[in-house]
Formats: sequence, C-alpha cells, structure tokens
Amino acid sequence: MGRVEFLNANAAIAEAALIAGCGFYAGYPITPSSEIPERLSRIMPEKGVPFIMLEDEIASINACVGAAASGVKAMTASSGPGISLKQEAFGEACIMEVPIVVVNAMRGGPSTGLPTRPSQADIMQAKWGTHGDHPVIALAPCNAQEVVFETIRAFNLAEKFRQPVYLLIDGLLTHLHAKVYLPDPEEVEIIDRDQPTVEPEEYYPFDYNYEIPPLAKWWTEDGKSYRFHISSLNHDKTGFPTVVPKYVQWQEKRLQNKILNHIDEIEKFEYYKMDDADVCIVAYGSTAESARVAVDEAREEGLKVGMFRPITIWPLAEKQLKELGDRVKSIIVAELNLGQYLLEVERVIAGKIPIYSVLQAAGVPIRPNQILEKVKNPEKDVEICLSDEEVKSFGGGE
Amino acid sequence: MAVNYANYLRMEKMPLYWCPGCGDGIVLRAYIEAIDELGWDKNDCAMVSGIGCAARVTGYVDFHTLHTLHGRAIPTAVGVKMSHPDKHVFVFGGDGDIVHIGGNHFLHACRRNVDITVVLINNWIYGMTGGQHSCTTPSSAKASTAPRGSYEPTIDVCQTAIGAGASFVARGFAGDPIHLKKYIKEGLAHHGFSLIDVFSPCPVNFGRRNKLGDPVKLMEFMKNTLVSQAKAKRMSEEELEGKFVTGILHVDDKKPELTDSYKELVNKSQDSSDYWAKYVKGTLTDKDKYSITREELKGLYPYDVETPLKEWKKI
Amino acid sequence: MGYHYELRFGGVGGQGSLTAGTILAHAAVFHTNYYATQAPTYTSQVRGGAAKADVIISDKPIAFSETTHVDFFLATHQKAYDAYKGDVAEGSYVLVDPGLIKVADEDRKRWKIYEYPLVNVAKHEIGNVVTMNVIAVGVCVGLTHVLDAEAVRDAIKDDVPPAFLDLNMKAYNLGLEVGEKFRKEAEAKK
Repeated sequence: MGRVEFLNANAAIAEAALIAGCGFYAGYPITPSSEIPERLSRIMPEKGVPFIMLEDEIASINACVGAAASGVKAMTASSGPGISLKQEAFGEACIMEVPIVVVNAMRGGPSTGLPTRPSQADIMQAKWGTHGDHPVIALAPCNAQEVVFETIRAFNLAEKFRQPVYLLIDGLLTHLHAKVYLPDPEEVEIIDRDQPTVEPEEYYPFDYNYEIPPLAKWWTEDGKSYRFHISSLNHDKTGFPTVVPKYVQWQEKRLQNKILNHIDEIEKFEYYKMDDADVCIVAYGSTAESARVAVDEAREEGLKVGMFRPITIWPLAEKQLKELGDRVKSIIVAELNLGQYLLEVERVIAGKIPIYSVLQAAGVPIRPNQILEKVKNPEKDVEICLSDEEVKSFGGGE
Repeated sequence: MAVNYANYLRMEKMPLYWCPGCGDGIVLRAYIEAIDELGWDKNDCAMVSGIGCAARVTGYVDFHTLHTLHGRAIPTAVGVKMSHPDKHVFVFGGDGDIVHIGGNHFLHACRRNVDITVVLINNWIYGMTGGQHSCTTPSSAKASTAPRGSYEPTIDVCQTAIGAGASFVARGFAGDPIHLKKYIKEGLAHHGFSLIDVFSPCPVNFGRRNKLGDPVKLMEFMKNTLVSQAKAKRMSEEELEGKFVTGILHVDDKKPELTDSYKELVNKSQDSSDYWAKYVKGTLTDKDKYSITREELKGLYPYDVETPLKEWKKI
Repeated sequence: MGYHYELRFGGVGGQGSLTAGTILAHAAVFHTNYYATQAPTYTSQVRGGAAKADVIISDKPIAFSETTHVDFFLATHQKAYDAYKGDVAEGSYVLVDPGLIKVADEDRKRWKIYEYPLVNVAKHEIGNVVTMNVIAVGVCVGLTHVLDAEAVRDAIKDDVPPAFLDLNMKAYNLGLEVGEKFRKEAEAKK
C-alpha cells in the first residue's frame, strides 16, 4: 500500500524516480524543473543514494552517463536551454546504450524564451536534438498521477532497451498540485537491466548475438568481474572504436531496430470517447486534459467528437494514427507549439482525410473552448482567448 | 620486483596508437608501476577519459573503462565515484580535453575535492586533431591555427587547481619517469581530488612546427621550461617568469572529501522519520500510508489504460 | 453536476497567498474525501510581484485545472486585485483588506465585496503579521462553508510548524468567527 500526497508533477517525478529505483541524480537548477532536485535533495539522502548538483547541465547529464554505465539507474532533469546543452551527452547515451532518464519540463523558446510558461515545443528536439541517426523514446504524461506511472515506465524502458528516455512535461503540470497516489516499490513492476549469463571472458558489451546485449554492472555482489570498455565512438561488439563499414552499419541498424522491433511494447495511448466519433482530436500532455473537456462539452451538444492521446510520443504511434485515417472523418491536432506533432500526423495520414490544428505558442494553455470552436468551425483560425483583464494580468510589454 | 605490465594492459590492443617520440607511453608505464606498487586490485579500478591522444589510455588499461565525450571525462568520473565511493576512479586526458573544453568541470572537481585522480598529459597542443593551439600552448609558439605564433597567454594548470581547492597537486615530466611515478603514486593514494600535470612532448604536432621535430630536442626544450621546487625557492620572480615548477606542489589532508561528506549527510538524513528514511530502515507502519481503494485510484487515473499496479491487475 | 468550487488567493510574493491555497487544498484532499488542484502563478520577481494560487475543489477528478469561474477571491494587494479579478464570476465572494485595496464602485455591484482589515488584525490582535493568510482562510471558510471548518483546522495543524500552531489556531478561529458573522449578516439581509 502506497501513499496519497498532494504534489505537483515535479515532486511526483522525484518520488516516482525513487520508487523506480533511481540510484543517482545529477542536476542543475532551471525553471520550471527545479522542484525535482529540490525534493530529491531531501529524499535521496534519506534513501541513501547519491544526489548532486553540478556546475552545469552538461556535467549533470555526463555524470548520469557515468553512474548509469557503472551500474545504477540515473536521472537528470532540465528545461529549455538546459536540455539543449544536454544534447551531446544524450547522443552519447544512445550510442553507448546506457540507460538514463532525462526529464524535460518544456518551456517556451527558443533560447531563454518563457521560463515560467508552459509549452510543448520540444517534441521534435526530443527526436532530433542530438546529432546522428539514433532512436528515441519519449513519454508525455498528462496529469500528476500519470506522471508517477510514466516516470516509473521511463526507467523501465530505459533499463530494458539500454536506451536514454525522455520524460516530457510542461510548465502547466510542473505548477499544478493535485492529489497523487504514490505506490510502494513492491506494488509496481520494476525492470532492472539484464545481466550477462556468460563468463566474463566471453562477455561483450555489444554482443552481436543479442538484439539488446546485457549491460554488465561493474561491481556486483557476487564479485564476478566483468571489465570492459565502452567508447563513445562508433564501436564493434567489444566496445572499441571501429570504422569497418560492416560493423558501423550493423551498430546503427541495431540501435534503430531494438526500438522499432518492440514498438508495440513501447507504445501507450488512450482513446477517449472514440467509439462513434467522426472528429478526432489528437492531443498529448497537459493539452490533452483541455481536449478532454472539449470532447465532453462537444458530446453534450451532440457532436460526435473523440480524442486520441499518445502517451508515448516517440517512437511515433504510426499504426494507430494510420487507423484513425480509416476511422474518422477529420482530425484536429492541438498542441502548444506551431505544429510539430502535426507534421507527423500529416505524414502518416497523407491527405486521406482533412487535418486541422489548434496551435498555440503564446505561453498560455490551449483552453477547451478554443478546441470546441475548432470542432465547430474547422476552417476558421482560433484566436488566443483571453479577456482584457487577463491580458492586463500579464503586465506590460508590447 | 619486476612489474608484470601485461597484467594491467589489454595486450590484444598493442601496439600503442601513439606516434614515435610521444611521451604518453612513458606516462602510462609510470602510472602502471604506481598502481602495482599500491597493490590495488584492477577490478576495483575504473578509468574515464574524454577525447584526444591521451584519452586513448582507457583502451589499454584492463580496468572498467569509459571513453566518453570530449571534455566531459571529469563529470562522468564524478558520476561513477559518487555511485561507488569505495572504488578507485581515475581520469586520463590531455590539456585540451581537461583544462580547455573541460575547464569548468575541472575547477569544480577541484573545489568539491572528490576522490578522483586526474593524470593530465600536457603536450601544449591539440595533437590528435592536427596541432591546433590550446590553452597551454606557449605564447608565440606556432600551431596549425597559429601559423605566425599564438597570441594568447597560457595557463598554469597546477596554480589554477590549487586556487580552485584541489587537495593534491603535482607536476611531473615525461622525461623524468622516476619522479613521475612517485607523484602519481602519491596522488593515487591521496584521499581527495589529485591532479598530476605531466609535461609530455608531442614532436609531431607541436615539435615540427616549432623547429623541435626531433623528440630529444623537444624533451630538452620542455625540460628547460621546468624547475624543481628546491631550485624555484632560490629564484627571483623575474627568473621564474615563463617557468613551471615541478614536484608535489600542494597537499591538503584536512579538506573533507566529497563522498565522505555525502555519507555524513546520508547518516544525518536517515535519522529523519520521513517515508524514505523509514523505508530503508524497514520501519514503515500502516500509519505512514494513507489507504486508498481501487475505485479512488481510478478517480486519480481515470483513463481507459490498464492500471499499472501489478497486484491490482489481478483483481 | 456535483460539488465544484473554485477559489483564488491573490497577493504579492511573500504574503502567503500560495500557502493559504495549499491549506484549503490539503483540507479537501486529506481531511475531506474530495479532489483538489492548486495551481500557482507567479512572476520571476520573488518578493513583491503579483502572485496567485487557484484552488479547485471537487467531488470528481479534475481534468482541466484552470479556473474559469472563480467563486471566492481573496486579494491582499492592489496589484493582485487588478490583475486577477478577471475570472471572478458575477455574484461571487470577494474578500479584501480595505487598507490595501481600493474597490471601485462598479466592482461592488458585480461581486459581494467583504472588507476586513487582515493586516491590522494579524499584527495587533494575533501578534504576528504573517498569520494574515490564515485569518483569511478562516474568513473564507466561515463565509463560504466551502469545506468543513474542522477539516481545515486539521490541515492547518499538518501544515504549520509546531512552534507556530497556537498562534495560527488563534488566527484561524478569529477568521472563522468573522466569516460566520458575515454570513449571518448576509442571510439576515435576505
């Protein structure tokens, strides 16, 4: 039996990380993700696991790679500019196949942008932020409770697929306090990385015989000593650099395939009132909560509207999106950016049915009535709906 | 007693990658001898490096090794050390890697006094990438990015480390392996952040551009920039201008080591009666937990996705 | 529609508006079988910038957590009053400190304005100005009956440091009494 607490998403992530067995956190303060290290700085020493604030964002993700490579579950969190700084090491975790969890509390941008305001503009950055071909897993929970379960799932996926995982939240979730159930660690499924079954002399960290080769912990209780090398350069099965085209291509393809071949395991999504829907709203993260209200209101008015909500943003829920193209008459994508997930929806639907969008990059959430408006008048652009008094509450500035 | 070098090396990776006349092999040998004298089990040792010629050392030593990003070896090593405070963690790297791109990490590792030994192979140049000038390239020396001589001043890495709070700082020279081994050994044995700045020649990419392509000539040239501590004491400030002092320059045994400080914090924190402290001690009672029914949980997580609680799945 | 109540606590950073919101939310979640959300809004100006906490209390899970129809609004600074009165529904309760806020005449027609010198009472009758937010919580509960008075009392017990418990209880009781008085007066008028 777990606990019920009144938490915002940041605090929920901190608690959930410990439930998932996070054994290392390194961070650097940045709004709006700072409450994650603030809470962890209290609870990680209580659990007896290391917590450290480092000199910059780069150091903190690199420390996570070090800790995770040596055998513990590691997490770092940041936002906007900080996530941009972490990109190089995110790619390192991809190629070294070191499981880490990176929380991105998305805020407006580019650059310093809107530190205290919500945004969902890092969807494409999550996929393409670091250089080179690489797979990505990114999850976007929609409320504080789901944040708890998705944080645990982020750790599980990272460990299972030897893969860095993004947890994408936004300024709305980070500020919002809500009733949250925190399960006991025994209550949820916790996955730890596979350990080698072969003897140390036969062990390769990137063994070609496995789709996902086990990553041996450096120091285990049974004292077996798996000493190996991992290079951040393209490497062969031994972890040593290689430029042999055959091995390089194998590695690059295996990195992709270990995710693509397990897409059904990784995908998670929600259909809301979709059974008889003609119009499907596609929304994720906190925007989906707004869409949910819009769906309810539309249903009250007798409109056949439903919602498809991807919880796993990357890899793309391609199969489900394609299916939507056969099921509904039109799609409305609502997101807090100028059309990022929209691009993918358009690519998959490929002109089969009309796609409309409610796109907002104004630092304020999309409200249910904006989406409802779009349902009723899909060809009309939706305005940012704020009363004069509300506009005043944002203070001066043209 | 003869040292069995092969015991510490991945012999299948020989011959070494470095150019003829490079000092890196000498430093590696001194380092292995130091480890051997300390009698450390290689399974308890981990080494992290960034990118560069010196960073290739991680490929040769038979420890737990990571060959990470350019400039980020120190924070990566901090991650390893913090999560395994009872193990030996080392960093090998060049001047460009550790002090130039990684300068900020270097300063803060010194300040934190985390128990990592950094062997810095200081060859005054970016060797691997083709001889571009770095923060340690002597003023007016030529480099591929300074064909008419560098117009920047250089950094004294040891003084920087002392200023930043490192608790063991030494400077050695690849041309003096006997002393070098001693410094490395004491640095390894020191409990706290230790830096051994090793001047080491790069005849190919530094030497040739500066009419010092002959390794012996470059060794001589480097040697002339170095003065021992004893000699430095007798020299005036003017005479010391442009010289670098060798020897164990600074030792502070009193400064608390980072993982020790964290251990203290953990002990203090585990006295609390908060959830995780009790969880670790196994003293959680039903009173610490607020009971919730499955219906209530559905209210919190109201969507048609399977509840992730494994035991409730069965109901 | 079941039970749904929206409250807004506005002030400037440092006045304890967020804490007031948290106390009510905790009372709803931990001491009443309700759901609640609390969404703070603040600027980067840590002290002196307008800040508010929006609290929604409901007997059902709360999907969209933005307040759209505020039923009770507490303002303890002119800046916050002007900035955040926009969403307050017609006919709702508005509690202000008359020493801090000037209420325009048209506002008096729009809302049920209650004026109470929170700062003065906190300073002189309770003895510590920081208790003004707890007095306000008391007035709010007495006036609106949004939650059971005892549930809120329990939440205060959980949330304030033990050393300040007596002081805060005194503040809460006083506020509660004032709120109940306001309520009776309003009923009598009807």
